[in-house]
Amino acid sequence: MSYGPAVAVPGDHIRITTDAWTEPFWQAAKEHRLTAAQCGNCGHFRMPPTAFCPECQSQNVKWPTLPGTGTVFSFAICTRSPFPDVPDFVYVPVVVDLDGAPGARLVTNLVGVLAENVAIGDKVRVDWNPIQDEWVLPIFRPA
Amino acid sequence: MTWVNQDKTAIVGVGATPYYVRGQSYPRTIYELAGTAILAACEDAGINVKQIDGFAYYSGAGAGYGDRFDTGSFMEMLGIPEVGFTAALTSGGGGSVGAAGLATAAIMNEDATYLVTVMALQQYRQRLGTVFGAAAASVENSFVQPSGLVGPGHLMSVLARRHMHLYGTRREAFAEVVISERENALNRPQAVRRTPLTLEEYFQSPMLADPLCRLDFCLETDGAIAFITTSTERARDLKQEPVLIHGCTHGGSRNWGRAFAWMGMPDPDFASSGHKPVADRLWATSGVKPKDIDVALIYDHFSPMVVMQLEDYGFCEKGEGGAFVESGAIRYKGGSIPVNTHGGQLSEAYIIGMTHVREAVEQLRGVAINQVEDAELALVTGGPASLPVSGLILRKSS
Repeated sequence: MSYGPAVAVPGDHIRITTDAWTEPFWQAAKEHRLTAAQCGNCGHFRMPPTAFCPECQSQNVKWPTLPGTGTVFSFAICTRSPFPDVPDFVYVPVVVDLDGAPGARLVTNLVGVLAENVAIGDKVRVDWNPIQDEWVLPIFRPA
Repeated sequence: MTWVNQDKTAIVGVGATPYYVRGQSYPRTIYELAGTAILAACEDAGINVKQIDGFAYYSGAGAGYGDRFDTGSFMEMLGIPEVGFTAALTSGGGGSVGAAGLATAAIMNEDATYLVTVMALQQYRQRLGTVFGAAAASVENSFVQPSGLVGPGHLMSVLARRHMHLYGTRREAFAEVVISERENALNRPQAVRRTPLTLEEYFQSPMLADPLCRLDFCLETDGAIAFITTSTERARDLKQEPVLIHGCTHGGSRNWGRAFAWMGMPDPDFASSGHKPVADRLWATSGVKPKDIDVALIYDHFSPMVVMQLEDYGFCEKGEGGAFVESGAIRYKGGSIPVNTHGGQLSEAYIIGMTHVREAVEQLRGVAINQVEDAELALVTGGPASLPVSGLILRKSS
């Protein structure tokens, strides 16, 4: 099956919300810095960021700068626009295992690739998609 | 260790509205649909609606998606004088059959005597298929929704692809689930899809979220179903042969958790239905084994989840679900474990798991349209979704 180039979901149609525990992740993304919540006590990573470490229940949290690379864990290929006012486009929602943060994943888009060529295990690197309210969404391209 | 409440409660009545294609139930209201199903269930059981004294919901007492039932409103509308129990399992359709266990808890605790479990679905305002997309991205969902995974089918396709990658599962397996269920719907007047389906036609169905095509998605329908649970002792005096609640479990593990709304599940949980802990406990507490089951009503919101549940319930080994269904094992005619003899949510109608309970009861009463000969034990499952998921074994009364 031939789909063609995968593009990002249009950023002007993406709106996120944050809370005290997730905001540092999104603030870092604004500066094009990929991070993930790491327990300041036992070092366990958790995403999305939550108020307690699920391993040791500590509330200490660190935000290390990650290498920005990762591996495709799974993905879908979609061809319909999720928005009534945007024509159909090809996009690849992707679940990425983040290098340097064992157990942490991001669910976002893979771009810069023919959708039909994407495979589980592909190496990817982070890129940045500006979205509403001056936030920035991490997306991925082939490494 | 066998469940202390085994066979002590029973489903004694089931009632339903007609099944409508999405939006066609308008201008009937969702309470009207639910009330019609409850009254029909009472009629089926041979009780007066005023004898109802408890409500055991699932889906957080959700009335489809967006609406929510309230027991006071039902009492006002139907004239139910007093209740001693009104509670719900949390989250969504995962708890559909766990509600029978909740009803059992109420009965065995002597809080109530006749419990109703009801679900209604009416999609004229909000299609379920777009339910995630229309919601403002919550804090949690801000980590999934921006990917454009906006519907349940989108989310499920990511799990299905991982299963294909790990185990070599083929689209032919998903097709077999769809085609075998369609086969079971052909002779059912109430089924929404009842034209024969070939493998070639399956592969012509448009991809909605590769690797899933439109036919892998369940129907979008309106309607309501209710069932009545009471003690087996009381059930003996009612109109129908009681269908005994032989085992019932709900819950699940942290490794599944919010499931495809999270996407953090490690292998092998990621490419699963999330049911294994609940299934293991169901077999252990019921004393029943998969080979004892005569008919399985497996929650089928998306065809790959039937394959994964068959694995998690131990009808085949993990990873072998694809080959298992492709062998013809789940066919009503000639299969070793007939699955979704009513056509399921893929071909008959989708009322968030309740059609499966209805079919199990009909099978064990011996009055099903596609009757499995001498059916004595039925497995019914709740939807693979955010916890809880749930499993139920029903037994023909002897």
